[in-house]
Amino acid sequence: MAEVLARLEGVSRTYQKGKEKVEVLHNLDLQIPTGDFVAIMGPSGSGKTTLLNLLGGLDRPTSGTIHVGGAELTAMSNSQLSHWRSTNIGFIFQFYNLLPVLTAQKNVELPLLLTSFSSKERAERAAIALDIVGLADRARHYPRELSGGQEQRVAIARAIVSDPSLLLCDEPTGDLDRETADEILKLMQILNREHGKTIVMVTHDAQAAQYANRTLHCDKGTLEAREAA
Amino acid sequence: MKYFGLIWHNIWRKKIRTSLTILSILVAFLLFALLSALGYAFKYGEESADAERLIVIDKVSLINLLPIAYQNQIASIAGVHSATHATWFGGYYQDPKNQFGQFPVDPHEYFAMYPEFKMPEEQFDAWVKNRTGAVVGKDIADAFGWQVGDRIPIQSTIWTAKSGEKTWEFDIEGIFANEEPRGNTSMLLFHYDYFDEARAFGQGLVGWYIVRVDAGADPVQVQNAIDAEFENSRNQTESAPEAQFAAAFAKQYGNIALIVSLVLGAVFFTLLLVSGNTMSQSVRERISELAVLKTLGFSDRAVLGIVLSESVLIMLMGGLLGVGIGVIAVRGVAASAGAFLPGFHFSPTAMAMSLLLMVGAGVVAGIFPALNAMRLSIIDALARA
Repeated sequence: MAEVLARLEGVSRTYQKGKEKVEVLHNLDLQIPTGDFVAIMGPSGSGKTTLLNLLGGLDRPTSGTIHVGGAELTAMSNSQLSHWRSTNIGFIFQFYNLLPVLTAQKNVELPLLLTSFSSKERAERAAIALDIVGLADRARHYPRELSGGQEQRVAIARAIVSDPSLLLCDEPTGDLDRETADEILKLMQILNREHGKTIVMVTHDAQAAQYANRTLHCDKGTLEAREAA
Repeated sequence: MKYFGLIWHNIWRKKIRTSLTILSILVAFLLFALLSALGYAFKYGEESADAERLIVIDKVSLINLLPIAYQNQIASIAGVHSATHATWFGGYYQDPKNQFGQFPVDPHEYFAMYPEFKMPEEQFDAWVKNRTGAVVGKDIADAFGWQVGDRIPIQSTIWTAKSGEKTWEFDIEGIFANEEPRGNTSMLLFHYDYFDEARAFGQGLVGWYIVRVDAGADPVQVQNAIDAEFENSRNQTESAPEAQFAAAFAKQYGNIALIVSLVLGAVFFTLLLVSGNTMSQSVRERISELAVLKTLGFSDRAVLGIVLSESVLIMLMGGLLGVGIGVIAVRGVAASAGAFLPGFHFSPTAMAMSLLLMVGAGVVAGIFPALNAMRLSIIDALARA
């Protein structure tokens, strides 16, 4: 049995919408073992992204506790969470969210600005990350000069450059055509199998979910496990 | 410094907008440099004043003259080390726009009163021997290309000679320097004895007295004693420290410091609106990017620092360019017309003030957009994106 990397216990998240309280997650328990590749599916508004945000320390639960990699997120201050994210979590977004004013290389170096690495070390590590995603020859290109698939690869390089244990992906192929999406998903599979990254991926796409080890279905604030096809 | 590349690239995200903002800052600081130099020129008399020198003028007006007989009376007052006099000649060289100071004085007394004026001894002796001789300051000599031995005509706007002529001719016997840094040498000095004998009216009268106070004496007590001495005379006096006199003299032209402050205040207020708007727009345009930075682990303080640094850097770029061009312009004006505007100079104090203004204006223009960026909710910002 693999070691548990992330553990959610009795997690609820309620939002205030006007005078009404909306409970997005209800008393959720979840364990994610180290090295797992989990896909989370479900209809819009089911709480998938909220779950991802909680795991990444971007949001706080209304009740319950969250442990990731031995750290209790719910006990941390905002600045502690910022620092924790910089070393433990890699984020991959649907729309890549690269900084348009920076080259691919500089975008990948961004998380390393928060470390004590020298500029030479930052450049070397970013070059390795770009090489892993197959874009070593695009290092000096700006995001506007790259295709959608290439932009997402740069975003993946940015997510892995500081060697985090957990990658959180929010619809990473939602803006890509089928062929490119498959390439990105294969790359994520390589990161999971060969580089030991634990991946939690939110997706609407059943085909994308097939690349994961297991799929959880999120609906009305609860999770239900389903076997990967 | 690690974030400099990020800050630099963010600044140039909209090249035209940033360039125009920098241009507006440049113009503001160029104005600051020029107006500071002008303000300094009008305060120059105060700056270069000697604390141990008093100026004694007619109580009613500087225009009214005082009897030469007052000199001995002043010199005999307790606490007075020495006294001499000068008179406003009000002349120009060749063209009315070439106005500068000319004063009939007693050579020995005047140079003893102003030890900062230095000239070769043989030139001073030659001046003393020549009744129609004059000495000129280096600045004015350079401005008109005068040399020792030249004979120059000065047209007076006040004093007519007994011959009916308003043009007075002088032999330049010497050129003096001022050993004070940027000390004034934009003047011509000539013999009072010659002037008093040759003028058509006003014999026995002088413009004002310059009094050196004994070392250790209280200047206030001395000036009160001088004014008390002439309280019941036809010409009552008003004595003041040299700096106070210089300030009052400069105010004849209006309250230059106030005018400069008002103009600069309006310019910088507009500048803050322009740069504040630029920074607000810049932050609004990249809400999602700032949220991404926070997601990656940049702390609230780091995001605040990045946005504030952008604002300060833009202000420094425009400000340093503006001040740089301003300093060149001030030097140009000082080189070509400094003899007529002594003290027109961008002082180290003004330089320090301009740097403070750049940083201060950068912080003020950027603080609200930076606070908004700092308080940004990652979840909301990413959802909006």
